[in-house]
Parts: sequence; structure tokens; C-alpha cells
Amino acid sequence: MNANPSKGSTLAEIPISIETLRSRQPRFRGLESGHRACQGCGEALAARLTTEAAGPDVVVANATGCLEVFTTPWPQSAWRLPWIHSVFGNVAAVAAGMEAALKQQGRATQVLAFAGDGGTFDIGFQALSGMMERGHNVMFVCFDNEAYMNTGVQRSGSTPHAAMTTTSPPGRERMGKRHMKKDILSIIAAHHIPYAATASVAFPSDLRKKVRRAMDTEGASFLQIHSPCPLGWGHDGAKTIEVARLAVQTGLFPIIEMERGELIGTLPIRNPRPVSDYLKLQNRFRHLFADDFRARKELEHLQAIADRNIERYELRGVRAESYDTEGADTVHRGGDRWA
Amino acid sequence: MPLALEGSQALARAIALCRPQVVAAYPITPQTHIVEGIAKLVADGQLDCEMVSVESEHSAASVALGAAVAGSRAYTASASQGILLMAEVLFDIAGLRVPLVMTCANRALSGPLNIWNDQQDSMAMRDSGWIQLYCATNQEAIDTTVQAFRIAERCELPVMVCVDGFTLTHTLEPLEMPTQEQVDGFLPPYFFRHGLHPDEPRSLGTLVGPEHFSEVRHAHHHALLRAQDEIVQADADWGEVVGRQYGGLLEVRGEPEATLGILTLGSVLGTLEDAMEENPDLPRARFIKLRSFRPFPAQALREACAGLEHLIVLERALSPGYGGIVGPEVQAVLAGQSSPPKIYNVAAGLGGRDMSLELYGRLVDLIASGREPEPFCIIDADPMLLPEEDR
Repeated sequence: MNANPSKGSTLAEIPISIETLRSRQPRFRGLESGHRACQGCGEALAARLTTEAAGPDVVVANATGCLEVFTTPWPQSAWRLPWIHSVFGNVAAVAAGMEAALKQQGRATQVLAFAGDGGTFDIGFQALSGMMERGHNVMFVCFDNEAYMNTGVQRSGSTPHAAMTTTSPPGRERMGKRHMKKDILSIIAAHHIPYAATASVAFPSDLRKKVRRAMDTEGASFLQIHSPCPLGWGHDGAKTIEVARLAVQTGLFPIIEMERGELIGTLPIRNPRPVSDYLKLQNRFRHLFADDFRARKELEHLQAIADRNIERYELRGVRAESYDTEGADTVHRGGDRWA
Repeated sequence: MPLALEGSQALARAIALCRPQVVAAYPITPQTHIVEGIAKLVADGQLDCEMVSVESEHSAASVALGAAVAGSRAYTASASQGILLMAEVLFDIAGLRVPLVMTCANRALSGPLNIWNDQQDSMAMRDSGWIQLYCATNQEAIDTTVQAFRIAERCELPVMVCVDGFTLTHTLEPLEMPTQEQVDGFLPPYFFRHGLHPDEPRSLGTLVGPEHFSEVRHAHHHALLRAQDEIVQADADWGEVVGRQYGGLLEVRGEPEATLGILTLGSVLGTLEDAMEENPDLPRARFIKLRSFRPFPAQALREACAGLEHLIVLERALSPGYGGIVGPEVQAVLAGQSSPPKIYNVAAGLGGRDMSLELYGRLVDLIASGREPEPFCIIDADPMLLPEEDR
């Protein structure tokens, strides 16, 4: 649709009102199809799921990144929501300003802030911390694809240990990224905000439930959504969901919920998978499967990180549950569907 | 009846009279007293406003931006390093054509660290696309702040009101505060029609490629040029309300028939005027107080300089490696005139260097020496403090 509906909208020429179009859709879509994301883009899927669950009475602030670029090539926009992009590092502050204004005006419209991992873990972190400390009623969503994808796959504070990016290439002296993935959720937890959670595009019902929960929360809330990037991670675009699911099943990306910094729920892993099942699908970890002592050590290292996550958050399921890595998002005859 | 007020306290009251709905700020000397004043008015229930005390100037500008696009009247204030930290967002605010007002309590830039007054900070934002209005007195700062909201909202452009740090912000003097009725009559409630609302979902700040970007810049440039009319009109209309006017884009003061002109921005004007009156034996000068630096009032400046033989452009900032900032612009707009004045471009009062009454005599001496003007000099630099090779 046109980025500015008041100026020569092409939609205006369609003999059907936007309201009718909206009402005929199975559910509200905040992000329309036809945008310019790559095939299999996890971030586009995550943004669609998030805005579907959040509904139409929102305003969105979007940090610089793929999501901003692929949705709004002027004069087009894929957003059916009021949306603003300012600069890279200020999305939480722009959202805080919108929230302050809406509060002063007595409007109930909810404010969402969207950022990638760069806009959350790195350049946008100070503004995010300030927004949470001040307790703005903003839902901050981090679409975590673990590198600066928009600029061509450079390492970020979220890039996993040993992953290859263009600025953490493996070579004679290096085995990919030397540093650990920043434990952002623990940092968020230290702000004691009312609600914080991780989610994955592989578990959409869980993701939607968490969006609704965050929307119902008075005060700052934070969602970190694991969003595979086929281009940056080097996997088949058709395998986005499989890759995302394996990240959870291995324990490398724990799905958890926190209230005021306290753990209140996890998605149990029914059958933990070895990290190599996840890593071998992605080119960014290809160097770890070379016949090389250092590669074997790094594989062990990554397995230890996953084991530590499972231990720390007590992720290992004790029995088959409708809400675990196998049961969630599975519809059972008779209605045993979680969420 | 005049009230004895510190400049910052008076500014805080003036801003409150404009009924901003969101104020965001981060403390930096010499801006602090302004936002402290606003915070106290909010705390005392005298101003219905969301006061957001942010964690950096980058966020202060961003909160103001977010508030403005959500439809509120928004305000922020900063100085010096704070202006530089905001720079990215200030350019964005202007490029998105978002109306909001900020005060720049002018201060030198690091390094080395210096917290005192010059105008290097706002001059660094010359090309940001903001309207920049410079104030010579605290009374002008109060009245310009009220005008700034109307200019911003009518032009859909942000306005920076530049007020010399300490010299104005921390000086106590008798000031006429407008009444709430006067300000309300001049400044009706505002709602940004290009803002964000779920009923009409717009996308702001989209990716604009080479096919449209030149047109965006063209429109922005012309909006600033057109803003000259609104600046003049706001000054005239507010003048009718309170009986005080500041010449719109610039003001000609001193000796209007003099062939020697001195162009200034900000508070140094008062010193020069006093010095001229106290030294009747020195040649008299026509003072040109440049109020609007952006948009740059080319036509008004040509008219103000008509008949001048010599023009001294006195600045509180410089462009190292070139010289002055305002001087070359003045020279450029006068270049096509039939007999343009000889231009002497000097800087003084950098980093709070005191500009005493003797400054007037030193400026006049530039002309009396009969020498060809140097392209640029820092007139009050002390040779004895300079390394030998720089003297």
C-alpha cells in the first residue's frame, strides 16, 4: 500500500474500502505481503506474527535494519499500522516519546518498538535500558537474527560464539566469532520490568501468546524473537522453521518467560538434540566441521553452552506435554491445543 | 510589571506558557536551569506535561521526535556536547519535517573541555535543516520562544532558539513575562496533521531512494526559505500582543546612517551598544543583529547593508582551516551588489573569553588602520599566550 494514504493512494482507486478489506481478512494483518524480504526471512515472519497478535490499535517505532528497508521502499509501504523509522540507535526513545505523548493525550493506543539485534544489543542498548528504567508502557520486540544482516552480515553482540560473519571470518588464526553471544535477557531481567520473554518463529502460538501477554502488561515489556536469516546464516530458505526449531531443541536458544526479572516459565525440551544437528544446516558454522582440532574444541564448547542453558533454566522435559518442544503448535484431535 | 528573573527561570516559565505536552531533556551546563525550572513547574502541578528525564541527549531529541509525531507539542533543550550527541537525530527531525522547539544554551565544544559561552555548538548544526534564531537579550529569548512554537507548527519545521550560555541563561534581570491569555491567544492547541494515528496508518521515515531523494531535499530547502515570511509574521503578530518586536529576520540598530557596520549574533550586541555610547569620540556604527541564521535572510541583509563602506562580521565560532562561518555567507550575499562594503571577519569571545567594552574600540581600529582586511582573525587572542610561530 501507499506509504502516505492521504497522497494519491493507489488503494483509493480500488472500489472497496480499507475497512471492508480489513474485515474480510481472516485476521488483522499489520504487515502486508508483497514486501521485499528474502525468501524464508525469519524476521518478516516474526513481524507479521507479532503485529497480527498486537492488533490495529498500535503505533510502531522501527529501528534501522532489514525490516525497515524491505517494508518501506518509498512510495510503497507494507505496513497497515502507523509506523515511523527514525535512526538506528534510538527506537526505544522514539517509542518512549510516543508513549509519553499518548499518555498525556489520554489515548489508549499501545506503542511497539521493533529492532534487530544490533538495534537492541549494541547501538540501541542505552536507549532501551533508559526506556525500561523509566517504565514506559512500550512493548520492545527484538528480532534476533544474530548479526548485522542489512549491511551484509557483520558480527554483532548477539552473534553466537564461533559463528562466521564477514567481520568474524574463520581463518588460520580464528574460528569465527571469538566472543560469546551477549546474554541480553539477563540484562533485561536486571531492569525488573513487568514482563520479558523469548520466543521463536518455530513456535508461533507461543509467540502470539507472549505478544498478547506483553500487550496486556502495564509498563515496559521485552520480547526477543529468534528469527533465522537464510542469507546470513547460510541455510536453505525453506528450512527457516526447521533451523529455528532446532535452535530451541538443542538448548542454544532457550524459550523462557520472566516477570520482574524472575523466571516464571519455560518451554521444556522433550528430546534434546545435539548442537551439531542445528549447526550443520548453516554455512556460518561450516568451519566447525572441518577435520581440525580447534573445530572439534569449538563444537564441544557450543555443546557445553547448550547444556548449560538446559541446566540453568531446567529446560529438560520430564514427560510429554502439550506445551513442550514437540507438543507446542501441534493441534490434537479433541482440542488439546496449547494456547 | 517586570519580574527579576534568571534567564533560565524565565525561559522555563515561557516554555510552560506555551503548554508543551512532552518535554524531554538530559542535563548539561548551561542548559540545566531551564529544564530544572520546567520539572519544578510539572512537579507543582502548574504544567500538565509529561516530563521525560532521559539517559542521553540522543534520547532527549528522540523522545521529543516520538512525542511530536504522536501529535503532541514537544520541547527539548541542550548545549555543546549534548547538541553534538543529538546531531544524528536533529538532522532526522528536520528531514522528516517534524515541528518541535528546542533551546540551545550556547556553549563551546570540546576539546579541550570548556563549559563557557560561544556559538560553536549551534553553528555545527548549521546544515541540519533546523530554523535557527539567535537572541540578544533574555527578553528576546522569552518572546522568541513563544514565536518559535508558532513558526515550527505553521512551517512544519523544527526551530532552535539559541541563547548565549551564562551570559543570558544565568543572568538575573528584570523581565516582562507574557500572560497565559496572551500566549494562548497567539498559540492555539496544535495537532500534527502528518503524525501517527491508527485511524490513518502512515509510514514515516521510510527508505527513499535516488528517485525521490532530491525532491525531498528540494522541498525541505524551500520550506526553510519560505519560513522567512512566517518568522517575520510571528514577530509582528506577537509584537502586537506584547508591544515588543525584534525585527523579524534581523534588526538594524545603533547609527542607521553610519557607513561602518557591525554584524553580530546573540548577546554581544548589548556590550557593543554600551561601548559606542560611552565612547563618543569613536566612530559610530550601524549594528546589524542577525536573528535568523537559518533561513539565511539574503534580501533583508542586502537592504540592511545598503550604504555601508565597511562591515565587520563578529562571530562566536569558526571553521578551523577556513575562517569564519557567518562572514563568508554575508560576503556571498553582498557580492553581487553595486558597491559592496569591505568585509572584516573576526571571531571573539570564544569559550567564554570576556568581551569587554574595549572590544568596540578594537573593532573600530580595524577600519581606522586603513589596511586591507585579513580574511579572518580571532581578534582577542593574546599573542603572549601563543607559541612563537603562531604570533
